[in-house]
Parts: sequence; C-alpha cells; structure tokens
Amino acid sequence: MTPGAAPRGGIWVATGVMTAALAIAPFVGVYPVFLMKALCFALFACAFNLLVGFGGLLSFGHAMFLGTAGYVCAHAAKIWGWPPELAILAGTLAATLLGVVAGALAIRRQGIYFAMITLALAQMMFFFYVQAPFTHGEDGIQAVPRGMLFGLLDLSETLIMYYVVLTIFVAAFLFICRIVNSPFGQVLQAIRENEPRAISLGYDAERYKLLAFVLSAALSGLAGSTKAIVFQLASLTDVHWTMSGEVVLMVLLGGMGTIFGPVVGAFAIIGLENYLSGFGQWVTVITGGIFVVCVLAFRRGIVGELGAWWAQRK
Amino acid sequence: MTEIFGVPTQALFGQLLIGLINGAFYALLSLGLAVIFGLLNIINFAHGAQYMMGAFCAWLLLEYWGVGYWWSLLLAPIAVGVTGVVIERTMLSRLYKLDHLYGLLLTFGIALIFQGLFTQHYGSSGQPYRLPTEFSGGYNLGFMFLPKYRAWVIVASLVVCLSTWYVIERTKLGSYLRAATENPSLVQAFGINVPRMITLTYGFGVGLAALAGVMAAPIYQVSPQMGANLIIVVFAVVVIGGMGSILGAILTGFGLGVIEGLTKVFYPEASNTVIFVIMVLVLLVKPAGMFGRER
Repeated sequence: MTPGAAPRGGIWVATGVMTAALAIAPFVGVYPVFLMKALCFALFACAFNLLVGFGGLLSFGHAMFLGTAGYVCAHAAKIWGWPPELAILAGTLAATLLGVVAGALAIRRQGIYFAMITLALAQMMFFFYVQAPFTHGEDGIQAVPRGMLFGLLDLSETLIMYYVVLTIFVAAFLFICRIVNSPFGQVLQAIRENEPRAISLGYDAERYKLLAFVLSAALSGLAGSTKAIVFQLASLTDVHWTMSGEVVLMVLLGGMGTIFGPVVGAFAIIGLENYLSGFGQWVTVITGGIFVVCVLAFRRGIVGELGAWWAQRK
Repeated sequence: MTEIFGVPTQALFGQLLIGLINGAFYALLSLGLAVIFGLLNIINFAHGAQYMMGAFCAWLLLEYWGVGYWWSLLLAPIAVGVTGVVIERTMLSRLYKLDHLYGLLLTFGIALIFQGLFTQHYGSSGQPYRLPTEFSGGYNLGFMFLPKYRAWVIVASLVVCLSTWYVIERTKLGSYLRAATENPSLVQAFGINVPRMITLTYGFGVGLAALAGVMAAPIYQVSPQMGANLIIVVFAVVVIGGMGSILGAILTGFGLGVIEGLTKVFYPEASNTVIFVIMVLVLLVKPAGMFGRER
C-alpha cells in the first residue's frame, strides 16, 4: 500500500543493534516472558508485512495461519510426544499447506475482495476448530510440554527458551530481509505498484503473489508454533478474527512496507496490552482508536514517519 | 408424523423458516454494503457494529423512554444514520483519494471502538427485547406454526429490499446515484452535489443496517457482539453474490439463508461453515461472484 522505503545501507548495522539490545534485555530488567510474547508477535507481524507491505495484499485472515500452526504444533508436542523442533516444523508445514490452498483461492480476487475472502476463510477455519475434537474447543490444548530442543537444550528454563525464540526470530527476520531484497522481492514490489505493467513485462503476477502469500503463511506458522511452545497453550484466541485485526494494526502502526516497522509495532501493541490489561474493554476501544488515528493522520507508521523525517533532514 | 427425506416436516419447515429469517438479515445487510460500496468504493466494516447499534437503540428507547417498537423502527435508523453521516463527513471523506483499503481499515477501527464502548457499558451478555404485543401468537398453516413476528420480518425486509432496488434502478434519484457510481466528476459537472450524495448514501446504508438491527432485536438477544460474527458471514455473502447488482445481493442473501437452514436439518455440523464453503466453490467457478462483474 504505502510505497515503502526499504533502506539498503545500514540494515545490517540496525539488525545487529536490535539483536544485541534484545540479547541483553532480560538482564536489564525486562521480563523475559513479555519479550518472548512480543518476539512471537513481531515475527507474525513481519510475516504479515511481507504480504501487505511488499506485495500490497491486505489479508484479514492471517490468524488462521498463526492458530493452525499453534494447534498442530501443540498436538504434535503433547499427544504424539514429538520433540519441540519437529513440533514447530510440523506446525509451520501445516500453515504452509493452508497457505497454498487459501492463497490460491484468495488471489483470484483483488483489493477489498481479497481482504473479505481471507477473512471469510479464516472464519471458516475458526468454526472448524471450535467443533474439531482435537482442539478441545474453549479450553484449547493446555500444558503443552516445552521439551528438550535437539535433545540438548532444556526449554523449560525460561532464559534458554528466550534465546531460542530470539534465534528463531532473528533468523526469520534476516530471511525476510533477504526475500525483500531478492529479485523475487523486487518483482513483487513492482506488481504492488503496477500490476498490469508487471504482467506486460512478462511476469506471471499470480505466481508471484501466491508465493508471497505462502511464504507469509509459513512464517506466520513459525510464529504460531513458537508461541504454542513458549506459552504451552494453543487456543481459539489465536484463530479468532480479532487476532487477524491485531496483526494488521501492528504493521499499520509500525509502518507498512518498512523492514523494522512490524517489530516496532508489535512491541508497542503488546506493551500497550500488557499495560492496559486491567482496563477490560477499554483495550478494544483504544485499539480501535489507534486504527482510526493511524489511517487518518499517520499512514506511514512510526518507522515510516521517522524514515521520511530523516530523508527530509538530509 | 409426515416425513420428507427421513426428516420430520415440522423440523424441516422450522429450519427453513429460521433460514429465511437469517436470509432476510443477510439480504438487508449485504444490500447496505452494496449500496455503500457502489458509490464510496469502500467496504463498510462497521456495518455489523451499526446493526448492533440499531438494536441497542431500540432497546434503550424501550427501556428508558418507553418508546415502542414502531417508533424505534423509524428513530433508530435515523439516529444511527446520523452517526454515519458524521463519520463520513469527518473521517471517510478524507480517504477517497487513497487506496480503498484504508477505508476498510478505518471502518474496522470504528467498529472496534463502538463494540468496545458498548461491551464496556452494557456487558457482553445479551439483553432481551420484549416482543410488541400485537405480534404475539401466530398462524397455523396446517403443516407448521408461523409466529406472527417472523412472518413480519420476512415481509418487511422484502419490502425494504425491493423498494431500495426500485429507488436505485427505476427513479431519477437512483439514476443520479448510478451515474455517480460510473463517473462522479461528470455528474458533478452537471450540477449535482456529489459529495452530499455520497454522505447521504453512507447515512442511508448505515440506516439500513440499523433497521436490520431493530428488526433483529426481538428475535436475537441484544448484545454488543451480535454484529461482529454476522458481518463476516455477510462478507462471504457479498463475495458470493458479487456487488454489481442490487437484486443479486437480495437474492443471494435470502438464498444462502435458506441453504444454511437446510444444512442445519441434514448435516448440522456444517451449518456454521456452509456459506464459506459455498464461497470457496463460487470463487473456483466464477471468481467475480454470481451477479458480479470483474472491475
């Protein structure tokens, strides 16, 4: 949507600073469980941004990938007793497959219809999970064992879990940077800017869009699986449409089409929710308010506005 | 007891009736969405919240001022429609030059605000709305019992839908509206105040949602969440029907309601998902929707 400036130089430096800051954060008084939650959502938001920010496709149903991966991962870890690495892989794979099917359907329409179709598909998955016995309905899959990663690392230790989550996040983040700056990412952005023109240049726009959709679904699935292991829980909250809305908000607030925007947005929203958790429904009202303000006055998001300000200063 | 396909006729017709009632609401809501989309090119995500506000408006009028159903039927759509006009003037009108998806995001935020405020104030449990006395009882049709109010909902929504269709497709005002959909700047050059028309159209679409809310109040519980899940189904209805035609929106609404009702009889497990499954099938066969055209 917003033509995003993906700054090339300095991205390594910025990523390094971010990683270092996150690595020392638990030692300067930041609660690791909060950090893990924020990192899972940051990964989810980055995956979502890959689709909306660089592909220009606004999905309103990304919760289905987060939730599906969570359920599959939790089921594999708890019922089948798989080790965490395989459970996470299984969850990610499930989300990828769902992404292939949902993507193939949704890219048949554009713009507003695309948003409505993804929303409807996600709602269908929601009803499926409400009824399916293996999800345990309202209770969700509880007490998922964290297990031993590769048989070596005991994930029940909070700090070890934290650094595993951080590693997953940074790896996925770099992967997304690579995708965006690859020829594939450039063509994707060309399609976002002017689809007929990209088609006339000989690019198969549908294939690019589908691949972007599947990649985004897979990375969302990685976020969902990791989240299920961290919180030892997979529940209906993660497949509900409010979750799809939340990730849209994170990306919108942080800055669509920017590399770091989704991370900033995710930390801001999760921090806000943490802070406001005692205020009941006011969280929903404030969330809605942020949406309205962002759309009316702040469309480039935090990182986008900062980038524009920086560019103007020079 | 008589049976059809192994299902007691009582149950069959009962579900068929529920399906028709649901269909009436699908039709009213998707009609409002289609009217708004036609002129504003945005999908009004707040439609479900505005439907809920219509129902709440009727409930508040009855509880606090003793204003009855018939007046609510008039006052609630006007009140909610006015909030719609304010929203359009102050917020939506700033977005027309941008990507249409921003309109979706804005109305999503507005829906969250309304829904959160109502839940905060009235709690998430539903409030019953007393059925007006003139609607108690029903008709015995021989094969089934038809409660008066249900019959009224079906007839009333059909009348509203068809009059909307008539106004848009067969009157001078409607022809302006359709012309402005095709080419707003040309219509403006002919001296018609297009921005005001857009404002009023949004107000009207929102009013339709509120009207549906008032009609739903005696049937369903009046709760802040009543619109949220419904609107997603209505989105699927809109995708199936395509938003090119008013009559198409009405037909798809009623038709899908009936199909949903029948699914409840023959395969209850799928009754929540059947509309989404149909959406998938329609997308595979005719991506533009049954009555739509690719734009």
